[in-house]
Amino acid sequence: MEALRLPRYGGVALAAVVIAILPFVLPHYDTFELAYCGAYAIAILGLIILTGLNGQISLGHGAFLAAGGYTVAILGQNFGVPYMISIPIAGIVCGLLGILIGMVALRLEGVYLALATFALAVAVPSILKRFGSITGGVQGIVLPTVTAPGPLQNVLSKDQWLYLLTWAIAGILFLVAARLLRGRIGRSLRALRDHETAAISFGVNPTFYKSLAFGWSAAYAGVAGGLTAIATAYVSPDSYTFALSITLLIGAVIGGLESMWGAVLGGFVIEFLPLWAQKINAAAPSVAYGVALIVVMLVMPSGIAGALARGYRRLVRKPRAEGPAQTDAAVPAPLNQPSQAEGTTSTSL
Amino acid sequence: MIPGSKLGILTLSTLFALSLAGSANAPLAADSVPGVTDTEVLIGGTDPFSGPASAYSAVGKGSQAYFSYINDHGGVNGRKITYKDLDDAYSPPQAVQLAHQLVEQDHVFAMFGTLGTPSNTAIRPYLNENKVPQVFIATGASKWAKEYKQFPWTIGWMPDYQSEAIIYATSLAKTAPNAKIAALYQNDDFGNDYITGLNTGLGAKAKTSIVKTASYEVTDPDVSSQISTLKASGADTLFIFATPKFAVQALVAVAQQSWHPQIYLTNVSSSQSVLRAAAAAGGPGATNGVISTLYVKDPSDPKYNSDAGITLYKQIMAKYLPGEDTANGFFTAGMGYGFTLVDALKHAGRDLTREKLMTAVTNLKENDNPFLENGISVVTTPTNHFPITQEQVVRYESGKWTDIGTIVDARPYIKEETH
Repeated sequence: MEALRLPRYGGVALAAVVIAILPFVLPHYDTFELAYCGAYAIAILGLIILTGLNGQISLGHGAFLAAGGYTVAILGQNFGVPYMISIPIAGIVCGLLGILIGMVALRLEGVYLALATFALAVAVPSILKRFGSITGGVQGIVLPTVTAPGPLQNVLSKDQWLYLLTWAIAGILFLVAARLLRGRIGRSLRALRDHETAAISFGVNPTFYKSLAFGWSAAYAGVAGGLTAIATAYVSPDSYTFALSITLLIGAVIGGLESMWGAVLGGFVIEFLPLWAQKINAAAPSVAYGVALIVVMLVMPSGIAGALARGYRRLVRKPRAEGPAQTDAAVPAPLNQPSQAEGTTSTSL
Repeated sequence: MIPGSKLGILTLSTLFALSLAGSANAPLAADSVPGVTDTEVLIGGTDPFSGPASAYSAVGKGSQAYFSYINDHGGVNGRKITYKDLDDAYSPPQAVQLAHQLVEQDHVFAMFGTLGTPSNTAIRPYLNENKVPQVFIATGASKWAKEYKQFPWTIGWMPDYQSEAIIYATSLAKTAPNAKIAALYQNDDFGNDYITGLNTGLGAKAKTSIVKTASYEVTDPDVSSQISTLKASGADTLFIFATPKFAVQALVAVAQQSWHPQIYLTNVSSSQSVLRAAAAAGGPGATNGVISTLYVKDPSDPKYNSDAGITLYKQIMAKYLPGEDTANGFFTAGMGYGFTLVDALKHAGRDLTREKLMTAVTNLKENDNPFLENGISVVTTPTNHFPITQEQVVRYESGKWTDIGTIVDARPYIKEETH
């Protein structure tokens, strides 16, 4: 076991190397798809922070992707803002939107929050069509195709540049998340999820941390929306139907809601599962999602990432006493299900 | 919860293995034409096989069935057509990724029949940049034809919405030259194209003839207040440029408000299901006498029982799409699209290249498409990219469409406009 132990950031360093090599060994088309994977991984990481770590269910994250995508498109078309600037702006805009919605979400729990966010996702295409003078209506906005900047154009193809840009941003956002979740913020988010009343009595401010989780999560979704928009080089209301929100949540659940690696796997699943399923039958993708969800819920309830972690522990270590796979001991004695029921009665504000 | 090194390695090696497995495709010989071998031509496309617009995927299935029929009868110039038609769920990002896959991984010769204005808008720059034909796409926007100089590899097929409105205006000029016109339209490209076409078709008389227009948003719950406004204008003729749901609402509202204008209804909402729904809610008076246009033969119309085209259609349906509803006109339309592609491929010749296909596609003189109404031809020139501009004006009487007069052509008007 000791021999296998890598330095603390060994996995991350290896990840960076593999990710940097891939676009130079894979065909362009795979590189292009893997760029989408990176963007979806960012969005799913946002969902994992919100739903997995903080216990707030969002069925409406597609709305933030839409907001991010349209921010980049509108800034680019009307004001000539380059995407390197407009993508961070998309993150900030969506973060602020997320904080606003997070404040509303404070009053809602469980299924009610899920329904409210779902309504948001359903409303987005109609809202985009209603403000046609800004959003281009049903026609949407066509963006210029992205090419590598300056002299890099001679070295990198469009697809390679898009891939490297996406995964570089993903890398930064993953590291930021890992850093913040390791400390006080991560502990507070998890404490609120596991037992809100107990967390409050320990001095955790629920208003602050729950709004923060929503804003943070939405900001990641916004950046992902900006990245998919420049990859597709087109935004339109039909790109952001409620199905997108559901797909993202499916990706998070299949990938694993309890681990940041679940976000990478989830991004991979929602990008490639429909493409692979098509090879069986043109109408198979939606069935494949359903089947995958059922299988994951039955066989590996903590997602692929959770199953991989458990399998690894079983291989390498003596089986430990049963218990959730949480590594951080910050949460005082994980309390199981009652948190939901009690949370409802003890809602603050 | 925090990324452990080992979990990371496991994750990455899984992903790495999977991505390599996914990319094990043999590259094609460098100087051959993509998608063309001695025995096969590979055509790509996307359709919404899943999602809210999935009903339209019958168009793609109809084309697919027609290609199977052609292949079983020797193919085209000795080649069989393989049509790889994938599910884009009516989502533009999905359509873009599938277009990349079809072009770069599957090496399709051309893209054909992709459905929907948003998806086609999204893939048009990419396909034109790579000089991949994007032919006979299933959308009625007029921009495909109007912007051909900027996007020469893209061409539509069906009559565009402006042409259709021009046809109504021409028909109206004959039957009721002094009509007072009111129009209800959807406030987007689709509705605005119709209003533009109506103005073009009426010409100088447009200003005085059109007494009132009212628009609705697709987000509106109902259009009855718009109908009240239009009724109050004193118009005697009503144009309904609305998608099916709103068309039903409009027809019912007109009946309920005891208004009796001559109604013109867009081809988009001319299916039997729309008219039956309106008649069920508003009584038979709500739909009797409604005027619309058709260009694909209605397979359920008894007058076509001995028609060669519909007989062939039914044979193909029975053999290649058994169990599907033969009354569904989307299948008929799909075969019509397929017929035109086969026609273009034939003219492009045995020595097939993408450039030759585009030359054939922009020099069509097809007057034998058996799935189109008799007398309608598919015609293009290098400077006119509107394949179908003719439609049959029809009136709805006792539960079916009846022809009024002969086929009307909007082409003369379009030429004026594009110049």
